[in-house]
Amino acid sequence: MTKVTMNVNGRSRSGEVEGRTLLVQFLRETLSMTGTHVGCDTSQCGACVVHVDGQAVKSCTMLALEADGAEVTTIEGMTNADGSLGVIQQAFQDYHGLQCGFCTPGMVMSAKALLAENPKPSEEEIREYLEGNICRCTGYHNIVKAIMAASGQQVEPVAAE
Amino acid sequence: MPKDGGIGASTKRREDVRFLTGTGRYTDDINLPGQAYVHFVRSDVAHGRIRSIDPSTAEGMPGVLKVFTSKDFEAAGGIPCGWQITSRDGSVMQEPKHPILAEGVVRHVGDPIAAIVAKSREQARDAAEALEIDIEELPAVMNMREALKDGAPQVHDSLDSNLCFDWGFVEENREAVDTAIREAAHVTTLELVNNRLIANPMEPRVAIGAYDMAADSHTLYTTSQNPHVIRLLMGAFVLNIPEHKLRVVAPDVGGGFGSKIYHYAEEAFCTYAAKVLRRPVKWTSSRSEAFMSDAHGRDHVTKIELALDADHNFTALRTETHANMGAYLSTFAPAVPTWLHGTLMAGNYRTPLVYVNVKAVFTNTVPVDAYRGAGRPEATFQLERVVDKAARELGIDPVELRRKNFITEFPYATPVAVEYDTGDYHATLDKVLEISDWAGFDARLEKSRARGKLRGIGLAHYIEACGIAPSNLVGQLGARAGLFESATVRVNATGGITVMTGSHSHGQGHATTFAQVVADMIGIDASQVEISHGDTANTPMGMGTYGSRSIAVGGSAMVKATEKIIAKARKIAAHMLEASADDIELKDGAFTVAGTDKSLNWGDVTLAAYVPHNYPLDEIEPGLEETAFYDPANFTFPSGAYVCEVEVDPETGKVEVQGFAAADDFGNVINPMIVEGQVQGGLAQGIGQALLEACAYDDDGQLLSASYMDYAMPRAYDFPMFKVDSSCRTPCTHNPLGVKGCGEAGAIGSPPAVVNAVIDALHRAGHEIPHIDMPMTPNRVWSAIHGGAGPDKDGETMEERSVGA
Repeated sequence: MTKVTMNVNGRSRSGEVEGRTLLVQFLRETLSMTGTHVGCDTSQCGACVVHVDGQAVKSCTMLALEADGAEVTTIEGMTNADGSLGVIQQAFQDYHGLQCGFCTPGMVMSAKALLAENPKPSEEEIREYLEGNICRCTGYHNIVKAIMAASGQQVEPVAAE
Repeated sequence: MPKDGGIGASTKRREDVRFLTGTGRYTDDINLPGQAYVHFVRSDVAHGRIRSIDPSTAEGMPGVLKVFTSKDFEAAGGIPCGWQITSRDGSVMQEPKHPILAEGVVRHVGDPIAAIVAKSREQARDAAEALEIDIEELPAVMNMREALKDGAPQVHDSLDSNLCFDWGFVEENREAVDTAIREAAHVTTLELVNNRLIANPMEPRVAIGAYDMAADSHTLYTTSQNPHVIRLLMGAFVLNIPEHKLRVVAPDVGGGFGSKIYHYAEEAFCTYAAKVLRRPVKWTSSRSEAFMSDAHGRDHVTKIELALDADHNFTALRTETHANMGAYLSTFAPAVPTWLHGTLMAGNYRTPLVYVNVKAVFTNTVPVDAYRGAGRPEATFQLERVVDKAARELGIDPVELRRKNFITEFPYATPVAVEYDTGDYHATLDKVLEISDWAGFDARLEKSRARGKLRGIGLAHYIEACGIAPSNLVGQLGARAGLFESATVRVNATGGITVMTGSHSHGQGHATTFAQVVADMIGIDASQVEISHGDTANTPMGMGTYGSRSIAVGGSAMVKATEKIIAKARKIAAHMLEASADDIELKDGAFTVAGTDKSLNWGDVTLAAYVPHNYPLDEIEPGLEETAFYDPANFTFPSGAYVCEVEVDPETGKVEVQGFAAADDFGNVINPMIVEGQVQGGLAQGIGQALLEACAYDDDGQLLSASYMDYAMPRAYDFPMFKVDSSCRTPCTHNPLGVKGCGEAGAIGSPPAVVNAVIDALHRAGHEIPHIDMPMTPNRVWSAIHGGAGPDKDGETMEERSVGA
């Protein structure tokens, strides 16, 4: 077992890990931060996306040891300072961009990374960017709308009453 | 309406906040003190005899607590099947035992052989590598028609054959249907495959068993759509635990789509092992494991014949289907190709004579059961494909052929034993033609042609039966369960309400919509109403969520319970206001004596119920809590019309969905935003089935599509923005909310619309292709255009190996 220390959502966190311990296991099991999810074992689904030193990473493809000393941001770190939903999170609620919620942490983290590199993405750019995030509930329709709305672009409102 | 949203409001979902902040509580997020971990050792062959299992090395590995085999479960029952089908000859279906761990024989890749429990997940996995299992591989049978031939490998030696049942419906119509088809002016015939799929909710299954020695009671945390059903099946049939000693909790569940209805061996294992080991036992499925242990869906091979008279009226319909059951009967497997399929074969049409024959077959594959739509997509697909083909053969407009044969008067008793209460099929058809801009297709076609692309447009109409179901009826049809739903409405002293429902939400948003209904009925804010579900310890016995039943059946139970609450509160108010209960009006959360300004707020009355100082104690009990069980009088019958528009690249065969429009009639709608979301998600699964998804086995029974590297899950770039409309509303006549259910429609109506569009595109380009099986991969489409020999000339690529075909 080896000790790793990383800054997670602004707090220094440490734990003992095996060489084979994945970053997602460290987050979920060692730190009990269960917001990051595991939906597959081949790095396809994207439910485990977190940011490591500002880059979106599938935390199931990275060893905890590799993140030693890194700045890690997870879904738990996405709210505003007062605990209210951040812009992307709020847009997902406003545009019904989630149903069962399981893929949602990864979707939000990927959306954050997308908007950091492309502040006004087109619908097509959003759909292409989400290649590594699978959602089985929404048909992606409202996820795409939520990300467009979070980027400040006009989108149609949700269903008329 | 409550200011924060009542019936009909697109209220934002309250459950979103925890899901968006990483504070949901899914089963895998639960860890119990001292828990151990189980790893299942699964068969890597499709069929084999277990010669020996030597656990000695594995047992000595670090952290290993116990190696379990079938010997440990000699006192346990098999995993039960919840529906019995009777064959045409009057015999009941063949029903083999489905053990928790394989008893001497493995019957599909993934069949669990042994289970290793260790102190850590890694230790259990490491020990699995050391478990010595000697298996004699036996010939396997994958193809259903092969399985029914003499001399075919037998999936179960204990059975007479691989035929589970041979069902005819309606058997008395058989000869009349045969005659009508023989004498018809025109008969259109189509043979097709409804491709095998894997549900793939994004949350893999998880089970945690725990045993409380002091109380001699068990708790199972599990990813289930129906915790009470699991408690009943596992307690009564598998482990012999009475229900008062067994609590089943299904907390936040990350999608189900049918695959989390069933009672699975892993649930029974963890519950049992926790008692043996005196510590909690946890299992978390890997995705690879999910592919070979979650029940699969669809897998029908069908021949359908539609007879028409000279005026193009449908006169008879005959279908023959082979339905794959897999190696064992999953919980509701026999109901899917029979009562959930045959009863829908009339579709939206006045066809007077229908005969459905289904042969259910055992093969060496993972068990097959309900997947979003369950039987109804299979019925809709074949019917809407054959109607389209008939229109093409007769040279008439597919829209007009449908219109000519639509049912227009309700209630309508079909020749397949169901009665549609309401519907307006012309209205949904008109609506979808409008929102899809059907009339403007030619201009878009020209633009596609200018780019060298083929373009087609396809229509499908659907009917489905939801709100399953009247218990006395399904009992006659072979169900071994009642299909009511329940709700307890608990009003607290200060007026806040907790509703405990037997329905289960795993993405449907019940916490929001159910609160909208109760709040609307009383006239208080929805924020005053909390919905509790998923724990058998604090909810009344309910049958759970599937078959688009939650609002129609669970919602109705909640309405009934709330009506009881209101009736009692009215009596309390009458006493306090010194008036007759008949004169008390409830509006906007206030009780008023009609025609006066004498009034009490909701909170005044609820407080009186629990502080009954001024209270009619000689007439009514204190407290304000009511339970209702609701058993529906009939199914509900949502319907709709879908239009798909595609572009096909003739150089590659790739199909691109350019537009998809859905016009649904769900009756009354509680929350339009959530309803539209349900349809959008269903469309993605249906389009996925049509273009991408296939569960593929090779001839030896190896599951080829056992990861997201191999199973084509739809991605965001596979779809355009959808046009979804639920404004056509003919309310259900037999439930109090007038609702029909919306969960499965998208997956039911979309596959035939997509295939009809692709076939249309090919025909417009001069390729007279009658049909292409799903998924319509580039290879299949290219091969169809270019006369059979695809880019892969040796025949089938992996995605083309549909099991049943």
